[in-house]
Amino acid sequence: MDRQFWTYLGRRAVQSLIIIAIVIVGSFLLLHLVPGDMVDVLGGQRGDMDAELMAALREKYGLDRPVIVQLLEYVGNVLRGDLGYSYRNSNEVLNLVLQRLPVTILLVVCSVITAVFFGTMAGVFAARHSHRLADVVISMVVLVFYATPIFLTGLGLMIVFSVKLKLLPVGGLMTAGFSGSWLELIADVATHLILPVVSLSLFYIAIYCRLARASMLQVLEQDYIRTAYAKGLSTYNVIIGHALRNALLPVVTMVGLQIAELFGGALLTETIFSLPGVGRLAYDAVFERDYPLILGVLIVCAFIIILVNLIIDILYTLLDPRVEISR
Amino acid sequence: MLRRVVLSPAGMIGLVVLAIIVGMAISAPYFFPKGPWALVARPYLWPGQKPGILLGTDALGRDILAAVFYGSRISLLVGVVATTCALLVGITVGAISGYFGSAADAILMRITDAFQTIPGFLFAVVLVSILSPSISTIIFAIAMVSWPPVARLTRAEVLRVRESEFVQSCKVIGMSAPRIILTQVLPNSLSPVIVAAAVLVAMAIITEAGLAFLGLGDPNVMSWGTLINVGRPSIRTTWFICIIPGVFIILTVLALNLLGDAINDALNPHLRRR
Repeated sequence: MDRQFWTYLGRRAVQSLIIIAIVIVGSFLLLHLVPGDMVDVLGGQRGDMDAELMAALREKYGLDRPVIVQLLEYVGNVLRGDLGYSYRNSNEVLNLVLQRLPVTILLVVCSVITAVFFGTMAGVFAARHSHRLADVVISMVVLVFYATPIFLTGLGLMIVFSVKLKLLPVGGLMTAGFSGSWLELIADVATHLILPVVSLSLFYIAIYCRLARASMLQVLEQDYIRTAYAKGLSTYNVIIGHALRNALLPVVTMVGLQIAELFGGALLTETIFSLPGVGRLAYDAVFERDYPLILGVLIVCAFIIILVNLIIDILYTLLDPRVEISR
Repeated sequence: MLRRVVLSPAGMIGLVVLAIIVGMAISAPYFFPKGPWALVARPYLWPGQKPGILLGTDALGRDILAAVFYGSRISLLVGVVATTCALLVGITVGAISGYFGSAADAILMRITDAFQTIPGFLFAVVLVSILSPSISTIIFAIAMVSWPPVARLTRAEVLRVRESEFVQSCKVIGMSAPRIILTQVLPNSLSPVIVAAAVLVAMAIITEAGLAFLGLGDPNVMSWGTLINVGRPSIRTTWFICIIPGVFIILTVLALNLLGDAINDALNPHLRRR
């Protein structure tokens, strides 16, 4: 850890803060794009408000003040962790999001691990047998995975494994009214997560496989691989110990770039398999026109994604000392 | 260049499949003059169960084949228009950012970062629901979530071309910046963007179908995603209502990806040995 590293970290932190600020201001502007304000929504719900009461409410909630004042207040609130109040759910937005977050994180983390593991395995295998039957078959399967939207994968898997074969549950996080030891509980949740995780990760397996294959082919041509073979190391040692380590770098970069998209995919998988995560929360909020809640989900997701990217950048400099961090 | 795309197997398959989809889009009113909403037979008819209704009917007795034909129009329209808008925004941002550098670059790239930080699909859902679903708001939302990669790609290419001698000489003879960008820099930096465009159209089609699947499609048009959304409640029994439009989505996206790969190979012949 030299000084250069800390300067780099500092600059990335400042960049992240700027991005968060842009996201927050953007959310505020979006909230103002919505025709009608919070008082209109309340008025519509009750149906018996007159103009005087509505004006009084606007004054009470500060909606009659200049937009810039409201913006500053909104930014201040968000920074203090106050994402607003969801009138539909009668709860703080932050509470609602945090309650649902663990399920989404579980889903996303399992999917990333599955995608990276199987994607790189398939990619390395294809590279080892490049232009032979195994490679061609893998490439074709991967091409189809790559072209299949997540919600179609989800529906297809559901039809085959839940409806036709009745092997796996149709949806939910656990069996309703489940009772048993915590080991049985983990097994129960795991069986419920298989289909969502597979449908969310197939698309990314395809991407990581293509990437790992291409970078593995490049790495295998390097001199140090020939040296490793020449000093008598086994194929396994050369591939896993020498080549894979370097071939993995582009995959790590890609994971960082795609973390955001995984949250979008989680929305679809959670909707299809009725998982109680933030994606499902956002989906319900859309149809209840609960805008503070939708934007709360957006801001929390953005925050997590920025954090993950920061961590990945740090990991990257540790994984690959050649990375020029001075730039 | 075009010949190389057509002659490669991937490019050939991609073009043929796309030609069929475009043919379906054009011929829809000819084969199905009553439109995709007409009730033609009893609901939940299986494919092949009744002659003349090749792919069966949906929950309301509408012809699925007609819906698939008309749906191809929406998918192609949304895919092409949204991608065009994304390219215009992305190329403009990328070119300004890359050519002028300094403050403009810093500001534009942080905004691009912010857009890339928000989950694209979630953002599209939010935009469409706030602006209320229609073809134009769906196109707008998809363009809003797909321009950032274009901007990054263009910026990287412009940075590369900016320092070259022919651009320097244009500066020396006093050519204006917009003219240099439009006539010198962009023509030399757009080929990777063209490759990305094919994939962007595919992503736009997937996003539109995803939105319609969630019930956020334009209620006045029949798209592939709408049909999947209609078939979802009865997925335990009549799963074909979801699967048939799904197969067409996969085929179209597959064709676009193959075409993108073929164009990429044609533009970078030295990579073809791999």
